[in-house]
Amino acid sequence: MTAGSLTWFANHELRLAWRDFLSMMTAGRRGRERVVAIALVVFIVFAHLLAWYFVARYVNVGTEPDKPPLVVITGTVLLSWSLLMSQAMESVTRAFYSRSDLDLILSSPAAARKIFAVRIGAMALSVILMAALLGAPIINVAIARGGARWLGAYGVVIAMGATAAACAVALTVALFRTIGPKRTRLAAQIVAAVIAAVFIIGLQVAAILSHGSLSRMMFLESDTLVALVPETDSLLWLPARAVLGDLSALAIVLGGSLALLGLTILVFSARFGDHAVAASSVTVTGARQAVRSAFRARSPARVLRQKEWTLLLRDPWLVSQTLMQLLYLLPPALLLWRSYGQGTGALVVLVPVLVMAAGQLAGGLAWLAISGEDAPDLVATAPVLAQNIVRAKIEAVLGGIGLAFAPFIGALAFLSAYHALIAALGVLAAAAAATSIQFWFRKQATRRYFRHRQTASRFATFAEAFSSISWAATAALATGGSWAAFFPAAIGVGILVAARWMSPHKA
Amino acid sequence: MTPALDIRGLCKSFDRPAVAGLDLTVRAGEFYSLLGPNGAGKTTTLRMVAGLLPPDSGSIHICGIDALRSPVEAKQIVAWVSDEPMIYDKLTPYEYLEFVAGLWSLDAGVAETRARDLMDWLGLSPHAHERCEGFSKGMRQKVALAGALVHGPRVIILDEPLTGLDAGSARQVKRVLRERVAAGGTVIMTTHILEVAERMADRVGIIADGRLIAEGTLDELRAQAGRSNDSLEDTFLTLVAEQQAAA
Repeated sequence: MTAGSLTWFANHELRLAWRDFLSMMTAGRRGRERVVAIALVVFIVFAHLLAWYFVARYVNVGTEPDKPPLVVITGTVLLSWSLLMSQAMESVTRAFYSRSDLDLILSSPAAARKIFAVRIGAMALSVILMAALLGAPIINVAIARGGARWLGAYGVVIAMGATAAACAVALTVALFRTIGPKRTRLAAQIVAAVIAAVFIIGLQVAAILSHGSLSRMMFLESDTLVALVPETDSLLWLPARAVLGDLSALAIVLGGSLALLGLTILVFSARFGDHAVAASSVTVTGARQAVRSAFRARSPARVLRQKEWTLLLRDPWLVSQTLMQLLYLLPPALLLWRSYGQGTGALVVLVPVLVMAAGQLAGGLAWLAISGEDAPDLVATAPVLAQNIVRAKIEAVLGGIGLAFAPFIGALAFLSAYHALIAALGVLAAAAAATSIQFWFRKQATRRYFRHRQTASRFATFAEAFSSISWAATAALATGGSWAAFFPAAIGVGILVAARWMSPHKA
Repeated sequence: MTPALDIRGLCKSFDRPAVAGLDLTVRAGEFYSLLGPNGAGKTTTLRMVAGLLPPDSGSIHICGIDALRSPVEAKQIVAWVSDEPMIYDKLTPYEYLEFVAGLWSLDAGVAETRARDLMDWLGLSPHAHERCEGFSKGMRQKVALAGALVHGPRVIILDEPLTGLDAGSARQVKRVLRERVAAGGTVIMTTHILEVAERMADRVGIIADGRLIAEGTLDELRAQAGRSNDSLEDTFLTLVAEQQAAA
């Protein structure tokens, strides 16, 4: 391998990408590779078992299908593509704004164009590999049950990754040129999150409006949608046909996508370095706040709560990330609105969704308040008891949850006081549990790692997720008036006990 | 007179002993500089004094208050400034100082007067209502220092406070610290810039392998090193080399 050649750069980029991946999976701790490998194998086996159940209805669809399977496959491809696009935009933004090796690259005699061409290619490859990893269970099961023609799905995965990377580069550069490097970072991150959310939420909203259900599949399989979409000979179905093993469709989809990626690399690699330099040279100017006339007399607990809220509200990126979690509450809100005058049937679905969302939101806010403290030494050296500091921060988190969910619970109370009570108790339990887990597994970090906070402790991440699920299940069963609600509640308590026992901060 | 800081038999181990039976006394109203090679245990010692790290054994008294038994009372009169200024990017210096005043439960009027004075002395007033996110390292360090001083501490502990500061900012910080000592406060500072210790400190302590190996004025240290006309740098290197040879 000649130093400075394309393959040499590619090798370098792939090595860095592999180490990033390992670091992300092992949270930077050496010697955990074996544990991660075992967990991955368990996940892959579990995902294949799940896929065995879900793809059963579609494995025998022929290569000349009717509209319904084409709609479902296309919908699934679009849904997955929106998630890949979001992931790709994150990668591109990171490449632009991380300065780590930019000075070295641009001050070396190597051709910057080559390096950035490889870098864009490596980003596309990592997106493709991620998509392949997540899609593999479904595709493998489809191949095992429906034959080798389903191998075409892997080709579509490659096409999806390539187009997502190409579109992400083009969109980010377009943002650069229109709003400048200073605003692009935040805008790109918001766009990435919105792209991921909008399609999922859009499908749910459509499902609620047409069927009064949160199920996306029910909407994709509905007669109304099938009647609205183009006929089976439309070009729109090319990706779906490629998935089903139509070789000519696969050639068009794959060829077109790779050509698009090649063109993107050709057009943008030359200017990529300039944009990256512009991005990394951005100087942040502190916004001026209103001039106040005097200090206000407040207790330590109050200044701590106030500080948490001020920091959150002044950080558009954090607000967008937090609001994104609330965006997922839009479909249940819509369901609630539609349920007025139609009895309480839909509430069995709505209440657990609220409880689940409360757990997730509380986990995020608790991480910001507890682990994401920007001045830990200052707070720790203040003459305030440690438990009072923690209490103030927990109050800030639970206060936020109360503000976000009170309107929902208030609206629920008009429909059914019993359901509102269950929702309130569930929201409180899920939020308190998620906050406790974040407290027990606290680890000092800067706030910009908010989206990657899960890497600090896999156990805490799973405990938080399963705890929220348990409380949501408890709420679902309790809304139906079933005594079986005690079982998931017991599991929720068990998760908390286990988390406390496993916590590195038992004191 | 009660010493500002009295440490006895202080021990702390991580993978290896970081502080090993340290005894140290700093007089009230003194500018004391703690020197030592990298990994000598200076920062660990000061973090234990500031209440950021629990010791394995030993005692710490700050102005007569047992810092391990009554940490809240001790923290009331201590300020801590680290080499990496930890402030809130989304707050302005004015808001940051108001936050610190709230944490220390200060009277709002008194705190505001002090805050305005400090911002004037440190050249922060023109930026008092700008968010700190755009500030340089020097500006951030000055905001952190103002935060440390706004509650009127009797003992100020600084860990490498001049690292990365330009000459102008360093001069402002040194002037404020000297004024604090002149007003009766006690300053304990670690630094790798030996000229600063030589010029500013009343006494210097040299720490190596978690123990105090020498202490005194510059003349006393020279005498201990047996080199009467050397600079503090030469004296320091001689004393550390002797300790390492003995170990």
